[in-house]
Amino acid sequence: MAKVLMTGNAAIGEAAIRAGCQCYFGYPITPQNELTEYMAMHLSRRKGCSFIQAESEIAAINMVYGASLAGARTMTSSSSPGISLKQEGISYLAACELPAVIVNMSRGGPGLGSISAAQSDYFQATRGGGHGDYRTIVLAPSSVQELADFTHHAFELADKYLIPLIILGDGMLGQMMEPVEFKYEAPQELPIRSRALRGAKGRPSRIIKTFTSKPAELEEINWSLFRRYQLIKKHETTFETFMTDDAKLIVVAFGIAARIAKGAIKTARANGLKVGMLRPITLWPFPSEKVQELAKNVKQYLVFEMNMGQMVEDVQLALGGNGEVSFYGRPGGVIPTPSEVYKVISRLYYQKGLK
Amino acid sequence: MSTKGYIEIDHELCKGCEICIHFCPKHAISQSSKVNAAGYSPASFSKNEECTGCAICALVCPEVAIEVYRG
Amino acid sequence: MDKVYTRPKSLKKAVFHYCPGCGHSIVHRLICEVIDEMNLQERVIGIPPPGCSVFAYHYFDVDMAESAHGRGAAVATGIKRAYPEAIVFTYQGDGDLAAIGTAETIHAANRGERITAIFINNAVYGMTGGQMAPTTLLEQKTTTTPYGRDIKLEGYPIKISEMLALTRGAVYIERTAVNSPANIRKTKKAIRKAFQTQIDDIGFSLVEILSPCPTNWRMTPIEAWQWIDKVMTKEYPLGIIKDITGKQDAD
Repeated sequence: MAKVLMTGNAAIGEAAIRAGCQCYFGYPITPQNELTEYMAMHLSRRKGCSFIQAESEIAAINMVYGASLAGARTMTSSSSPGISLKQEGISYLAACELPAVIVNMSRGGPGLGSISAAQSDYFQATRGGGHGDYRTIVLAPSSVQELADFTHHAFELADKYLIPLIILGDGMLGQMMEPVEFKYEAPQELPIRSRALRGAKGRPSRIIKTFTSKPAELEEINWSLFRRYQLIKKHETTFETFMTDDAKLIVVAFGIAARIAKGAIKTARANGLKVGMLRPITLWPFPSEKVQELAKNVKQYLVFEMNMGQMVEDVQLALGGNGEVSFYGRPGGVIPTPSEVYKVISRLYYQKGLK
Repeated sequence: MSTKGYIEIDHELCKGCEICIHFCPKHAISQSSKVNAAGYSPASFSKNEECTGCAICALVCPEVAIEVYRG
Repeated sequence: MDKVYTRPKSLKKAVFHYCPGCGHSIVHRLICEVIDEMNLQERVIGIPPPGCSVFAYHYFDVDMAESAHGRGAAVATGIKRAYPEAIVFTYQGDGDLAAIGTAETIHAANRGERITAIFINNAVYGMTGGQMAPTTLLEQKTTTTPYGRDIKLEGYPIKISEMLALTRGAVYIERTAVNSPANIRKTKKAIRKAFQTQIDDIGFSLVEILSPCPTNWRMTPIEAWQWIDKVMTKEYPLGIIKDITGKQDAD
């Protein structure tokens, strides 16, 4: 189909509908209101579909939990403070092996923060922000096209692995307008998940729960979840490399920061600096193996993120001392420019004596 | 002598709450002296000839421990 | 002789973990009787709360899922919107429905969600050891009101059912009790009517059931059952709080 000009928020909505999202539950919060409104406009009157502007982000995530229990493709969206509210619900989704898509269009924090784009929810997203040992797949798009593609992919991954999935966007991606092509049509009908709760018709009644008074039972649930996470690590780790083949310094950045960094790297290359970029696309599972592979030849890394240093820890962990990590961050919703990042790159390049 | 009704109390389900004893209009149930596996003294159907099969005991029994027969 | 009373089919044969004289067991049984009589076993999805009844799924032979504390009304909303053919009921305590779950309960009722809430009011938090509930009576001693509930410090017992009746989406709300044969029969009728309201697609239905908690009230079962009549119904009178279904009692 042809490309259309759309904002990131609207593109997510359109992609979700085309992925067969049946139920959307949300709550207004800047900078993602256009997504909630898009679903109100385009999902609420679709046959068999449901849109609710819930009374809170907490109610919304619990409605997602209910819809997922009953076998529907379901989604919620919010921004940083609202995602904080959803953490208990996400823990329950993970515990009960329920697919769901949660979109975070991050903004500056902590607290009420700012409405401008930031990347300070990395820990919250990748360390399983709620209680207990669990993980969610985290996808970090860096363009409106990727917002659309990843949203579609998110529903597929969630169903495949029976796991809640976080799309970690930000306020800038949500508001920017770019050409986007939707590669999928909405399915006519989706199969019903075999473990869905739809009434005990022709089968024994089914229980979905994780509470147990026997710790050994819960231990086994945890091990079982983590065996699945290992499978996901093996098969779904995704990243993009940009000019890393002959690089002496590799920038590591995700999401909107990667867009900015790309601009800076192009300038650096034009000035003869051998700089490349590794862009993690799955923040969990983090592409640690790729980092280790790059570290065989490249020893200098600059982690650039719009926060006080979160992904930098994963890079350090992955390198395990086999490389030097520098960090450049701007928190609070400040959007750095490519030229600013280029100055940081070139300063570091010369400081480290790279040729 | 025929009775209008009789009940069977599952002594292992009974928790000795005595609610059935309290509500039986014929006072046909009393607490037995034995102790069941859970440590409770269960209710026991004691005055067989009085029972009318009204099923109030089964209605109030929290443990669903009573089955009622009526002729 | 004919057997005139036996365990309902949808109540699993399991020993209840509830205390002697607890109201949960009675209500579980009544709900199962209604499910059997209305032939709903294949359509029902139940949402028990964290609390003493967290293990309700061991007793109801229907599809069930646990919910986070207080969120039952939101979870039930999600299920019903995703699969409207299901008959969805929440089973919630006084804290679950009227403290942490207040927002979800009021808004599900306000939206007229086609779900049924079974609200177990025992004026105390049972599972966690007997703390104050929103429905704890004035001067009632609990572990967090050791000197008795004080108006100035803790406010009044909350009348959540009366509050919910003010929402237009709530169409049937009744308060009953399970402390006597007559009240138990009325409770069963109310549960039946509530489910019928959902089947008839009219709106949100709720049955508030005053339920004895002998352990945390520090009473014998018989004393607890009597306390409901002597004291609790003075604050929480039994009867229909709202009925705009326009239907006769299901009987």
